[in-house]
Amino acid sequence: MSDIAERVKKIVVEHLGVEPEKVVEGANFIDDLGADSLDTVELVMAFEEEFNVEIPDDAAETIQTVGDAVKFLEKNSAA
Amino acid sequence: MFDLTGRKALVTGATGGLGGAIARGLHAAGATVALSGTRAESLEALAAELGERAAVVPANLADTASVEGLVPAAEAAIGPLDILVNNAGITRDNLFMRMKDEEWDSVIAVNLTAAFRLSRAAVKGMMRRRYGRIIGIGSVVGTTGNPGQGNYAAAKAGLVGLTKALAGEVASRGITVNCIAPGFIASPMTDALNEKQREGILTRVPAGRLGEGAEVAAACLYLASAEAGYVTGHTLHVNGGMAMI
Repeated sequence: MSDIAERVKKIVVEHLGVEPEKVVEGANFIDDLGADSLDTVELVMAFEEEFNVEIPDDAAETIQTVGDAVKFLEKNSAA
Repeated sequence: MFDLTGRKALVTGATGGLGGAIARGLHAAGATVALSGTRAESLEALAAELGERAAVVPANLADTASVEGLVPAAEAAIGPLDILVNNAGITRDNLFMRMKDEEWDSVIAVNLTAAFRLSRAAVKGMMRRRYGRIIGIGSVVGTTGNPGQGNYAAAKAGLVGLTKALAGEVASRGITVNCIAPGFIASPMTDALNEKQREGILTRVPAGRLGEGAEVAAACLYLASAEAGYVTGHTLHVNGGMAMI
């Protein structure tokens, strides 16, 4: 697992209070990890902070799974 | 009770009678206040009167760029906001059939759209910090309507809807969103009324007098307090009984 994936996983575990083993690449924040829509906004805010990157609203809407987040951040974050 | 020590508040329309009273009330309870308005000189005078814990952040809420810059400017001046008071408002009264698009648009822009944009900007940080108080200053006419104020009544009623929707979204994050709906409050505008007009108004107010800005400020202080943490999505009417709703 990449460094970015590890950091994403840590944020998701902390924020949603889920078991680390459930935070797999294909896990959907809402359907699989019990997030509500506000949680997803907060996750995006947390990713922005952790990776020092701005995630525009239209991109944020496409981030629905753990893998989506990792992919976006691998492509767009310098940190 | 209602100690706001350490809290940071942005008050829009702080040069007005009501905004000034609200800023004074929050400040007296210990909050640090960012005073916003269009007239920098009046803001400076108010800040000088308050002394410490007051900063001036001029903005023209009719201007989109100015609205977008306000919350960042306030946070740069006093720190992350705990309290936002959307108080700024304008009137452009006219009979409905005579009302110009411009009169409608400008009132909606300043009284409603600016409140939306400022709340959106402020709530993000409040979510992160799990605490916030957003207070909109509405009006009794948002509930009752008022001939000649179609635009103003619509904007103020819109503020109530905005308040309830946002309150539902962020309640679980320790953020409350409420409205205050003042009735007739003594101001330079009501001072200009003649005796007959004044009496006419007071026949509609069971309390038999105009309200004071400080009485609206006291309601605002309550809603801004930690103690009001279980009150959200509410509209608190401060109107001497003129509309019991």
